Amino acid sequence: MQWCFMLISRILLLRRNEIFLFVTEVRKPCLKGLRSSVATAAGVDVPDKMKSRIPVVLLACGSFNPITNMHLRLFEVARDHLHQTGMYQVIGGIISPVSDNYRKKDLAPAHHRVAMVRLALQTSDWIRADPWESEQAQWMETVKVLRHHHKELLRPLSQEEGPDQGRAVSPVPAAVPELKLLCGADVLKTFQTPDLWKDEHIQEIVEKFGLVCVSRAGHDPQGCISGSPILQRYQHNIHLVREPVRNEISATYVRRALGQGQSVKYLLPDAVISYIKHHNLYSRDDSWNGSSTRTNEGETS
Amino acid sequence: MENSEKTEVVLLACGSFNPVTNMHLRLFELARDYVNRTGKYKVIKGIISPVGDAYKKKGLISAHHRVVMAQLATKNSSWVEVDTWESLQKEWMETAKVLRHHQEKLEASSCDHQPDSPVLEMPGRKRKWAEHRSEFSQERSPEPKRKAVPKVKLLCGADLLESFGVPNLWKSEDIAKIVGDYGLICITRAGSDAQKFIYESDVLWQHQANIHLVNEWITNDISSTKIRRALRRGQSIRYLVPDLVQEYIEKHNLYSSESEERNVGVILAPLQRYVVDTNSNTTA
Repeated sequence: MQWCFMLISRILLLRRNEIFLFVTEVRKPCLKGLRSSVATAAGVDVPDKMKSRIPVVLLACGSFNPITNMHLRLFEVARDHLHQTGMYQVIGGIISPVSDNYRKKDLAPAHHRVAMVRLALQTSDWIRADPWESEQAQWMETVKVLRHHHKELLRPLSQEEGPDQGRAVSPVPAAVPELKLLCGADVLKTFQTPDLWKDEHIQEIVEKFGLVCVSRAGHDPQGCISGSPILQRYQHNIHLVREPVRNEISATYVRRALGQGQSVKYLLPDAVISYIKHHNLYSRDDSWNGSSTRTNEGETS
Repeated sequence: MENSEKTEVVLLACGSFNPVTNMHLRLFELARDYVNRTGKYKVIKGIISPVGDAYKKKGLISAHHRVVMAQLATKNSSWVEVDTWESLQKEWMETAKVLRHHQEKLEASSCDHQPDSPVLEMPGRKRKWAEHRSEFSQERSPEPKRKAVPKVKLLCGADLLESFGVPNLWKSEDIAKIVGDYGLICITRAGSDAQKFIYESDVLWQHQANIHLVNEWITNDISSTKIRRALRRGQSIRYLVPDLVQEYIEKHNLYSSESEERNVGVILAPLQRYVVDTNSNTTA
């Protein structure tokens, strides 16, 4: 059975791209191998089942103020979905916090937000933080962030440098990965907000890159697509993913809870919580509930 | 001392924990914040008590693994711990009995080391572990300096509260005991029917002062059932359970279609009791 399947897939490979035939084969049990090989170093140890697939890197843009487990879940759910299509192999994920010039209310300094993302990703073997966007002097439109990272992916592996090198997303030798924007359904909805996005930017995102949109119950992503001629035209480049587990950890809620001295444990990684406490981020010392905050801190320490 | 006037509370969560998820752990955090904020109580401990294998729930894997996972999950918690007593019982234990066990344990240990505060403890004083007298009740302690025994309260989600309405699942006297003698901290979703459920039950309504409904403002729907389903389908459960739990599950390959078939066709222990009861009634 398996041989039969392999033979067919080989014929398909031949028709698609003959380069794949020359890649040395590493045989592994498919599903297990899928995880571990994506895990180790992208593209180095690709199991048979994955060889015919289009490599994908997922990029998430946002405030990450602070990063929560829900942001991390988006990546996991999106990767599972793309793998299940049988067409893609997700070889990496990038989290790109927005710069301070975004001027959103209560936005913690970018270096803190980047540091928190790094801490949250300490235990991930496929997602990494990228500070480029956060270091820009001006606010960057998402499409420009996509262009930047796409250019980076085209660069050969040898030129990669920096502290993240060991875990850096490396292109599969055989094919250039596709870069797709990962977002929640709320972002898809903002495409409809007048003047928030330029039409040509929306078009470039869905035409040149692609969108992976994780939605939850109550959202109508299909409706958003139907309501927009651009999105409708490039529908094949928009992947709608359903998160079966509702777990809506909004960063706004987390900040509020922190300000009130309430526990946020298990909503964000422990390392991030320690960082927030240590740097006294999101606290409201001078507010009306400042005294209650202090008592709670005394109790837990 | 402001704190010494507050009643100390131990939160007990009973359930399958098959496996323990971040949602279970969140219940404790939400409950502690709420209870401490009342100003009347102070939570000193949380206990996770996984049910024994005799519960016979579909897909229930061995208590040993469920206990280990709960222990791994609470490794980084400074106040929640796992208790194996219930899980080690040969027969299924009613929740009211588990509550009683833990209340008695607290009473026994509190007469062992009185006064409670380590600062006040005499240097040469020895703890008499042998003298566990469970009948020693001391709500109104004779000595003024003595601290009251902490109170065990049952921590649960709205689903447990609503299961009180499932026929034959609970003995009505047990429900009365749980809400009357101990008390309930119930985490509910905003807009849930918990309030209505209490109103519609005479016994719950009567003890409503002992039922604390805590609102959970963010929807947290990480059920163990969904975790097991995701695992069967080879999907990621990352960030839904603690990393150590995920690693343990993978290492021991705990959940599969086979494990989900465990206890299929077996009647759940509490309902079995009812079947036995009616049989003996009809034969008698």
